[in-house]
Order: sequence, then structure tokens, then C-alpha cells
Amino acid sequence: MSDLNKLGLAEARDALRSGKTSSKELTQACLSAIEGAGALNAFVHHTPEIALAQADAADARLKADKDAPAMCGLPIGIKDLFCTKGVPSQAGSRILEGFKPEYESTVSQNLFDAGSVMLGKLNMDEFAMGSSNETSVYGNAVNPWRRGNEDTALTPGGSSGGSAAAVAADLCLAATGTDTGGSIRQPAAFTGITGIKPTYGRCSRWGIVAFASSLDQAGPMTKSVRDAAIMLEAMCGHDAKDSTSADLAVPNFEAALTGDVRGKKVGIPKEYRMDGMPEEIETLWQDGIAMMKDAGAEMVDISLPHTKYALPAYYVIAPAEASSNLARYDGVRYGHRARLEQGDGITEMYEKTRAEGFGPEVQRRVMIGTYVLSAGFYDAYYNRARRVRTLIKKDFEDVFAQGIDCILTPATPSAAFGLGEMTDADPVQMYLNDVFTVTVNLAGLPGIAVPTGQDRKGLPLGLQLIGRPWEEADLLSSAYALEQAAGFVAKPDKWW
Amino acid sequence: MSIDPSTAARVAKLARIRVEPDALPALAQEFNTILGFIEQLEEVDVEGVEPMTSVTPQRLKRREDVVTDGDQQDKVLANAPDAREGFFAVPKVVE
Repeated sequence: MSDLNKLGLAEARDALRSGKTSSKELTQACLSAIEGAGALNAFVHHTPEIALAQADAADARLKADKDAPAMCGLPIGIKDLFCTKGVPSQAGSRILEGFKPEYESTVSQNLFDAGSVMLGKLNMDEFAMGSSNETSVYGNAVNPWRRGNEDTALTPGGSSGGSAAAVAADLCLAATGTDTGGSIRQPAAFTGITGIKPTYGRCSRWGIVAFASSLDQAGPMTKSVRDAAIMLEAMCGHDAKDSTSADLAVPNFEAALTGDVRGKKVGIPKEYRMDGMPEEIETLWQDGIAMMKDAGAEMVDISLPHTKYALPAYYVIAPAEASSNLARYDGVRYGHRARLEQGDGITEMYEKTRAEGFGPEVQRRVMIGTYVLSAGFYDAYYNRARRVRTLIKKDFEDVFAQGIDCILTPATPSAAFGLGEMTDADPVQMYLNDVFTVTVNLAGLPGIAVPTGQDRKGLPLGLQLIGRPWEEADLLSSAYALEQAAGFVAKPDKWW
Repeated sequence: MSIDPSTAARVAKLARIRVEPDALPALAQEFNTILGFIEQLEEVDVEGVEPMTSVTPQRLKRREDVVTDGDQQDKVLANAPDAREGFFAVPKVVE
């Protein structure tokens, strides 16, 4: 078989079962693709020895056990946010330079237990704070897609930008991502791939470098909805080491992919039609509505009245939690410690270490979080934001109580933009990237981005489906129907 | 609510991040832009609304109060910038 790296998880799984290829061959094809893709800056720590050893073990397991898990032998990339034992895990930050965890994150361990092969660690915004992968200590990851014949380098989105670029460019069969405000779904939409953020609590957060603990969730970034179902099942499950991990049975998500949406009620929220939204996004959305209708779903106009306040609430809650979580980077236990002057005490050590180790966006958010939690402002900012969060969640509960099965929205307010194009904008302009995705994190719901169209210059665009809590199986099935109807098959032309 | 450079300096101090004095005015300006955006929340009627503590209603699990982990000093210290004689080392704290 040729071009093994271009396979999706389901195809590769089937090829392994029928003996058409081996995990070793799949892995070698990906390693060669990675070697030739330095220009994308997607893989930032390469682990070929681990990959080949895991591939050999997977081949032996496949030979011995015909019931080996679906992920067995499939080569994937791991976002740098996941702690991987003995392998650099820096969260894209200078402050974790040289850090090699002595333990494995639960999600990556689950994937390895299922026989997955790790090709290396993937680029990301520093501490997952960003929407363009431009805050990474490793430099920008680059989108394999370009605007027509232009050679402007575009962002793959963020924070899971390396994961998105790697999957879209066929450097791996799939990758892990994490999503705090849209960090799986926005990059998936920018690169023409599929990404799902499951219900809060589905995936264990243990061993994933924390950004905002009440919002963070891991999820798969894949080449199809079927692949997302396969990989999500391997990633999630109850974990005693994460007290917010849900003790619920994990369904067979792939078996639920009927793609039958007849009679399902799909909500179309009027608040997601924003002023100044590009016409192409509106057209994409209308096309998606028509596709779901043709497939037999009933479209229902709904209202989620507090949508407008989701981003401002997020930019209180996420920085507040980040300022608390990132207090652990003090130059004492791991990572970077600043060189100290004669007479410097422990306070200077903290202040210099954190000034050198954190980039500007992380510093900004830690300080905003510190401010909104400080005496005198805690009630006005933090508690008010948590009250608004309650209302945002209630908006969704109300429409689900009316019988809505899922909600269809655009995934992003635009196609991928140029790297550097937002440099002069104020931080809030960049934050607007997450306007359609952040509500889902605040409400703890599952959301999936599916590529359904292209803009005039050929860049991919995605739609988002939002599901009821814990009903990822039903959500994936609806997404499968949308994927079938859209028939998105475009791939970026190789220039790297 | 407007943040001036001296408030920015206080926040930086609380966050234990060194900011050079000449960078404080620009930092204060950025804070004001972000806080200006956040202040939209004042429009929302939150009377009688409980602040969210957990996005999914759940009772935290309990377990026996027993030691389940430990005895791995080497691993704990393996990534320390400065570890000596089984301890983390830091600059002098007490004068």
C-alpha cells in the first residue's frame, strides 16, 4: 500500500486486520512524512524510537489477539500539553524547558494501553492560551492550507495548532487536542479536519498541564467523524485520579454512527448570527441547515439569550483559574529557574523566573486573573462571571428541555488568517475567534467541528454541532450525517 | 474602572511576575482594554442567581483515608532546578 500516512484511523485499522499493512509500515510512513514537514513546525519533540518500539509491540499484539483494540498499531501525535513519561512535555512554554515527567497522563496512557503509537509531541500555544499558535515557545505552527496560489503563511488556529496542522498534512493518522474555549474545534475548522470536545468529565484531566480546570477537556482531532468516534472511545473513561472524571460507562461511539437524523430536532440559535459576520460563514451555515433538513431533521429556531456574555465571562473565569493553576511555576520543583544576582532572595527568584519563563500572553492572563480574584474585585468580577456562567448553562438546559437534540452553529467567525496579521490588534480581537465555541465549555457540553465547505480562496470552513451532556454518541451520529451530506474531501496541495 | 501604572505594578507584584517600570503604562493600557470588554457583564441581571461551582452536578467521590502513594523522593526531585541532599534548594529565606 502506498501513502500509508494518508489513511484515517478506521481505514488503517481495517488494513491492519486484513494484513494489508503493519503498524511498523504505517509508523515509518508517518515518520518520513514528519521528516519532510519541518516547514509546518507541527512536531516539536520527535520520538521515533518510542514509535517503532510501540509499533513492533502492536504488530505482535495484533498477531496474537484478533480482538485487539481498534487503536492498536495506529500512529498518532500527542499535544505537548499532555505529560508523557520521560519525554519533554513543555506546554509550549519556556518555563517548562527540560521538564521530563516521571508519569504518564491518563489519556495518553489509555491510548497506549489500546496499542496506539506515539510519533512525537505537537506544537501549541503556550499553556493553551491562544487562538493562532503564535504564543508558542517553539515558534508558529503553520497551516498546510494556503489561500489559492498565495504563499502567505496562515495560522492553523490554536491552541491545538500543531495537532491540526499535523493531521491535515497527513503527518499522523490523528492527534490528541485539548479544548478550554475552542482549542480543538477552531483549529479543526481552520484546517479542514474533525475535532470533538466531549462533555466536561468524559476525559480525565490527570497529567494534562492545567490551564482552566473547570473548562479544560481533552479530545481527538481526526480525518473523519468515524475516526473521532474510534479515538474518543479509547481516550475517555473514569479515572480515580481526577475527582471531576465522570464514573459513567463509555459507549461504543462508532457503533452509534447511524447517520440517521430523521425526526431529530436541530436548534438554530439566533444569537449566533453576529453583526459583521462574513457572508461566506452565513452561507456555510445556511448550507448546513439545508443539508440537515434534507437528511430528515427538523430545524427549530431557538434562543440562547446570554450568548453575548459568554466571552466576557470566559475572560474572567479562565484567567482566574489560570492564575491559580500557574502559581505552581515558581522555579523550585521543575522547569526554568532564573539566574539570580548576589543578594536576590526567594521573591526575586519567583519574579524573575516567571518573567523569563512566561510569554506575554500568559503573563497578561495570569495578571488579569490575579486582578479579578484580588480583594475588593472578587465579587464584582469573579463571582459575577460565575453567576453569568450559571445563566449560560441554563440557556442550553432550557432548549434541551424543549426537545432540541443538538444545535448547529458556525465553528469560527472566519477562515484561517495569516500568521502575524493579528499582531497589532488588541488582545480582545484575538479572543473573538472563540465566540462560537466558548459557550460550550462554559456549559460543559460536548461540541464537534466538522469541515463542510471552503471559502472563495479555497480555505476550509467548518460547522459546529453542540450536543446534550453525555450524549456524544448521538452527537457523533448527527455529525456523521452532516459529514456525509457535505462530502468534504478537499486536501491542501503539498508545498512544504 | 481604570487601571493606572501603579495598580498594574501592584498586580504584577501579587502575581510574582517582574515587570520593568517602563513597561507598566502599556501593561495598564492592555488591562483596561480587557477589563473594558469584561465590564459588559454588568448589564446582566444576576439577582438571585447562584455562582456556578460545578458544571456537572456531582458529588465528589470519597475513599478510605489511607496512604496510596509515596516513597518516590528521587522521582519527585528529578526535575528540580536545584536539589540537594534529598531536598529542593532555594535562596536563603530567613535573614
